[in-house]
Amino acid sequence: MMRGVIMAVMLLATPVFAVQPDEVLPDPVMEERARDISAGLRCLVCRNESIDESHAELARDLRLLVRERLVAGDSNDQVVDFIVDRYGEYVLLRPTLTGSNVVLWLAPFALLLVGGALSLVYVRRRSVASAPTETALNDAEQARLKEIVGD
Amino acid sequence: MIIELGHFALILAFMVAIFQMIVPLVGAHKGWGGWMAVAEPAATTQFLLTGFSFAALTYAFVTSDFSLALVVNNSHTLKPMLYKVTGVWGNHEGSLLLWVLILTLFGAMAAWFGGNLPPTLKARVLAVQSSVAVAFFAFILFTSNPFVRLDFPPFDGQDLNPLLQDPGLAFHPPFLYLGYVGLSMAFSFAVAALIEGRVDAAWGRWVRPWTLAAWVFLTIGIGLGSWWAYYELGWGGFWFWDPVENASFMPWLIGAALLHSAIVVEKREALKSWTILLAILAFGFSLIGTFIVRSGVLTSVHAFANDPERGIFILMILAFFMGGALLLFALRAGTMEAKGVFSTVSRESGLVVNNLILAVSCFVVFIGTIWPLLAEMFFDRTLSVGPPFFNAAFTPFVFGLAVVLPIAAMLPWKRAKIGRSLRGLIPAAVLALAVGLLVWAMFTGHTVLAPMFVALSVWLVAGAAVDLWSRTGRGAVGGRVGRLFRLPRADWGKSVAHAGVGVTIFGIATLTGYQIEDIRVAQIGVPYQVGAYQIELIDVEENVQGPNYVSTLAHVAVREADGRDVALVHPERRIYPVAGMPTTEAGINNGFTRDVYITLGDPQQGGGWAVRTWIKPFANWVWGGAIIMALGGLLSLSDRRYRVAAGAAKSADIIKGVPAE
Repeated sequence: MMRGVIMAVMLLATPVFAVQPDEVLPDPVMEERARDISAGLRCLVCRNESIDESHAELARDLRLLVRERLVAGDSNDQVVDFIVDRYGEYVLLRPTLTGSNVVLWLAPFALLLVGGALSLVYVRRRSVASAPTETALNDAEQARLKEIVGD
Repeated sequence: MIIELGHFALILAFMVAIFQMIVPLVGAHKGWGGWMAVAEPAATTQFLLTGFSFAALTYAFVTSDFSLALVVNNSHTLKPMLYKVTGVWGNHEGSLLLWVLILTLFGAMAAWFGGNLPPTLKARVLAVQSSVAVAFFAFILFTSNPFVRLDFPPFDGQDLNPLLQDPGLAFHPPFLYLGYVGLSMAFSFAVAALIEGRVDAAWGRWVRPWTLAAWVFLTIGIGLGSWWAYYELGWGGFWFWDPVENASFMPWLIGAALLHSAIVVEKREALKSWTILLAILAFGFSLIGTFIVRSGVLTSVHAFANDPERGIFILMILAFFMGGALLLFALRAGTMEAKGVFSTVSRESGLVVNNLILAVSCFVVFIGTIWPLLAEMFFDRTLSVGPPFFNAAFTPFVFGLAVVLPIAAMLPWKRAKIGRSLRGLIPAAVLALAVGLLVWAMFTGHTVLAPMFVALSVWLVAGAAVDLWSRTGRGAVGGRVGRLFRLPRADWGKSVAHAGVGVTIFGIATLTGYQIEDIRVAQIGVPYQVGAYQIELIDVEENVQGPNYVSTLAHVAVREADGRDVALVHPERRIYPVAGMPTTEAGINNGFTRDVYITLGDPQQGGGWAVRTWIKPFANWVWGGAIIMALGGLLSLSDRRYRVAAGAAKSADIIKGVPAE
């Protein structure tokens, strides 16, 4: 545990600032693109931060790299591919829709569909259920309920 | 001496918990009144013993007893008193002790206020609650004992993580735990009902106040944590989809679903088995949250306890309680048939939709949180799932929920005419559309997402108002206003909480959509313009001595464009020499319509300082909404029908007491 803390301290002890004034590109449109890209890339030595938010030295290097590529004329996708080629898909904060990740992206909607279908069946069944079951509370239960509910 | 007594009390509490887990359960099964009745004094004893143990640990922190390893690692003589006390739970062992303290508190409260419960159910609830306590007492005593002494005590401690030395975070864990652990009551009621084999309207009524209280605490706890992140982490983010945040958000979502489905059980005797399942899952997610935070299995900001052995212990606790409860559920759920009949368009169906959306959105958070783990284990891929995924996958559900909510809330029970409910909402819909369009027109070139959610937030708040107004019936306006204030508090609670959701959504939409950011090298005495404000770095003081830190303190003036002073803010960079750790303290001028948020960076070579300035529109509304939601929950909790039930319990006790005299 101590080692983790010391690591964190060392990482934090370097500049206490994310995007620094000297990194900002003169062209505001290109800077905006750089910020967008940075927000989607993970700072590899941080706990759970994008390079845009991180104070770490490595994050700064990556931010500068992103801007360098943009100035060189790369499109946003090309910049991201460039970084992923070097650091692996671990840097992507938004997982791609490839291979097993399909499960991640589609599972919620699959669950919504299945859950929706089940709910519909349930609601349908409730609406055609025979009313008599409603009075199936026996006398003892009724009395107990009254006693508890009180009003 | 006091430390040893505290340790001893904890062991005794463990023994009492084992007793309370077994004896009342046997008593309830055999119908032995005496065996069932021991649950109540046992629950009280368990709480008092744990309370004493916790007090002993607090005493060690307050007096800086450095013969205790835990105090050495997490405290320091120079630390302000407030943080000496909050340092008790600012670490793994102490926070678990707080966890069981709250667990036993809830158990004791069920014993004290559960006078109107049938004796068998009460005995079973207390026994199940105690079984959870047994697991956590064992966990503390065998893997995470806070009372470990050192042979050679050092002269001073190593200080608490400076990030935790902050009022927002100091009180974040207790509220969060009150929420997490409060859900254990719902769990105990669910398992007891499964053992008992019956769930009826009364059961729904008993479970709901516990769930509501837990949910209110969770709301406050999450709000505090988010507020802390906003002002402390230095760039004004308020939600990072960090695993630990998700860990608290999942029980919150399921708890919200449970709150609503318990109403259906209480009022209409339907959705019973689903409600039981939710009660089990809600606590399950609390345990998963504890596992995620305490095992450090998913790398995150909060994982200061990185210990796989402890992780496996919690995983076993989780497997036992979830596995056991779900097995019981599978065996018994079939016997719980619904009684209420309702048509497809009705409040009941509306609440089914609510539950569906909340449950699936919880699943989104869940799968996103554990996906990196699954991908690594089964597909050999190391990948990250971060905010871009959650924002993309979660937002549609918020959208759906917000669209449906006001309509469903207006539907009457049993059988509704959708046209009639919608007619009342026309003004709310018109207002929402108008505001949305206005915002969209004012800020052309921005995303369409923000105006859409602004419109939805207006729809939610106006819809809640319409809902409340419609409860006053017909007739003259004066009479209706009079009746408005005589409505049951549950009605007020419902509308207030729903409006709170709208306020939070409004804050998030405007904050993320329209914040202005400025990064620059600021020279002392040279004003510059950010948005509608003029900012001037007046002075920077270095080496300012705080109680246990050294600070670089800036004075920054915030002015209107015409030069009128608005505020003087003081962004700081602190270094805590004992922990050897720097922190940033943003200078924030809070306002009703915007925050001006300024952080100080490094001095620059050519002179001047790096300064970041943000204008964050309606930032406080994010947490304001959370407070309003919690307030709604409290209003509902104070409703007459719960107080009547409590009163009935008291009078029943008095009647019982008379013949004994």
